[in-house]
Amino acid sequence: MPSEPNHILEFPGGYTRSVGPVIGRFFSDLRDGRLTGVRTAAGKVLVPPAEYDPETSEDTTGEYVEVGPAGTVTTWSWVPRPLKEHPLDRPFAWALIRPDGADTALLHALDVGVFEEGAKPPKFLKTGMRVRPKWRDERTGGIGDIECFLPEVTMINAPTRLEYRMKGGRTLQRFLEGVSEGRILGDRCPVCEQVIVPMKGICPRDGVPTTEEVELPHTGTVTTFAVNNIPDPRAPEVPFVSAYVLLDGAGLTMLTLVAGIPADQVRMGMRVKAAWRPREEWGRTMNNIKWFEPLDEPDLPFEAIKDYT
Amino acid sequence: MANACAIIGIGQTAYKTKRLDVSMAGLLREAARRALDDAGLTWKDIDAVVVGKAPDLFEGVMMPEPYLADAIGATGKPLMRVHTAGSVGGSTAIVAASLIQGGVHERVLTIAWEKQSESNATWALTVNSPFTTSLVVGAGGYFAPHIRAYMRRSGAPDHIGALVAVKDRENALKNPYAHLKIPGISREMVEMTPMLWEPIRYLETCPSSDGACAMVLASEDAAKKAPNRPAWVHGTAMRSEPMMFAGRDTVSPQGGKDCAADVYRQAGITDPRRELDCAEVYVPFSWYEPMWLENLGFCGEGEGWKLTESGATALDGDIPWNASGGVLSSNPIGASGMIRFAEAALQVRGQAGEHQVDGARRALGHAYGGGAQFFSMWIVGSEKP
Repeated sequence: MPSEPNHILEFPGGYTRSVGPVIGRFFSDLRDGRLTGVRTAAGKVLVPPAEYDPETSEDTTGEYVEVGPAGTVTTWSWVPRPLKEHPLDRPFAWALIRPDGADTALLHALDVGVFEEGAKPPKFLKTGMRVRPKWRDERTGGIGDIECFLPEVTMINAPTRLEYRMKGGRTLQRFLEGVSEGRILGDRCPVCEQVIVPMKGICPRDGVPTTEEVELPHTGTVTTFAVNNIPDPRAPEVPFVSAYVLLDGAGLTMLTLVAGIPADQVRMGMRVKAAWRPREEWGRTMNNIKWFEPLDEPDLPFEAIKDYT
Repeated sequence: MANACAIIGIGQTAYKTKRLDVSMAGLLREAARRALDDAGLTWKDIDAVVVGKAPDLFEGVMMPEPYLADAIGATGKPLMRVHTAGSVGGSTAIVAASLIQGGVHERVLTIAWEKQSESNATWALTVNSPFTTSLVVGAGGYFAPHIRAYMRRSGAPDHIGALVAVKDRENALKNPYAHLKIPGISREMVEMTPMLWEPIRYLETCPSSDGACAMVLASEDAAKKAPNRPAWVHGTAMRSEPMMFAGRDTVSPQGGKDCAADVYRQAGITDPRRELDCAEVYVPFSWYEPMWLENLGFCGEGEGWKLTESGATALDGDIPWNASGGVLSSNPIGASGMIRFAEAALQVRGQAGEHQVDGARRALGHAYGGGAQFFSMWIVGSEKP
């Protein structure tokens, strides 16, 4: 940390400066919220305006040109740890900004958002970036009338939330009632005679109401599966196995988690049984079944499950 | 018999991970304007607009069609939105074609798009109701078990998926609009990438893209005035089936077989491998090439992988599949089906540039969606049917 000064000189009230007609025009326009440049004899637009052309030393033409307010960053320097004299109290960039319609750039602070002290410059901070001035509400006629520059708006956030009151319907309520009692319920189609589980009340293939409720055993066979290496909050770990399990007596498979065995040892045809959570945790939800785990029985041959894959 | 329908304009955007330079409306307009330019038309020449995209949760814009109506030139005109999950790009084109075939309109603009960078498709595909538990993690988690079942049923060797992944990406290098460009891609490179949802590797999956595709469809009279050579619709078909039912074949769904049989009948095709010159087929995971080869009747059951392995589906093979690079190389989901349809049309118009299949006269465009339960297909030809 720099030490505190022990000697201070401050001219009472500050020195006065006559700004002249050219800089005066620039400052007056700043106070009005406008950026102004001046044209040189060669046709270039200087911002801030000057009384003379720095290349030829000739007088500028006196033709004022409104520029910007949007502009392009031509180069920049990142300030990861601002000092108390700096215009912003969080990391920012000093940038040379060429206002649209100008041939020169002016120096100003560029605020690119909230960053921790010491942060690296964000990737989107680039030469070529489009920026606009942030004007102060109370302006006095000085470069400080622009508080800083800000990036142009390229993205907005659109928070969206939908709330539903859902009802499961009679069949699903019946199924969940079964699950809450530790039973897996299906129903039989009167046309194809297959057992549909979870029960739906209709046969999706034949389009008829089902008539006969069927309680299924908690054992079945893995028909096919995926080994998932992408984490998911619903699975205990990575890799996890999501598998289609054909419950004994069912006409179609159910998608479930298979655990209690390393992922690379799961097989098509493997016999499994439902692993229920402790009874005190049961509710009206399929979550009562934690997953399916291996049963100590020989695998079924692929021929026996082929038609269910 | 239906009236003839021609494709007189095709427009695509470049497909990229993020199109931050345009709004959603701007993205659609880019594709639409290119299609109009190709057709030598302006917005006012269009009679009706048919638009399609994947489920609303993908971008979180509920009912995007009213919000986009004026941006896509539908002010004062009929506007229709089509919605059939991943197959939507295909079914959108089919609905548009039916408006021409039924004699309702002379010139219909059809557009499909997705701006995947503005949301998260895996999240959108994984939301569950409070009554169900699902372990499906995005589309890959859903399709991986069915790919495993195909491998087992057909006895296909493990490397077939990698062959398709390489072939389609090599084709993409010849397509200026394609998203994934991987010069020097090889089987070894694909096999070195991690298993995401075993048996699906990273490079055996499609990318996530922003992009839009548009076509102008026209009646025979309107097609006569078009500046560029049209493609002609020789048949269209759609089928759907429930995701779960007893006896469902998830590897080779009946809906796909029925849809193919219908579109072949309309086009008078009995041997698709011999009578079609190329096909643009929805293959988002590389293993779906051999699976759809069988489902679409290009070979017998269990033979698809042999066709792939023989090189028959390569750009220089006897039946090139996905000369454009396919869904494996560009995947703005809602547009992916329409891109297949449009690329099939580009081929028979002779406008496919570096990925042109020499002398292509008849081509299949195919899309599928949901749990492989929605199918849409069309056959287009260089001659009026």
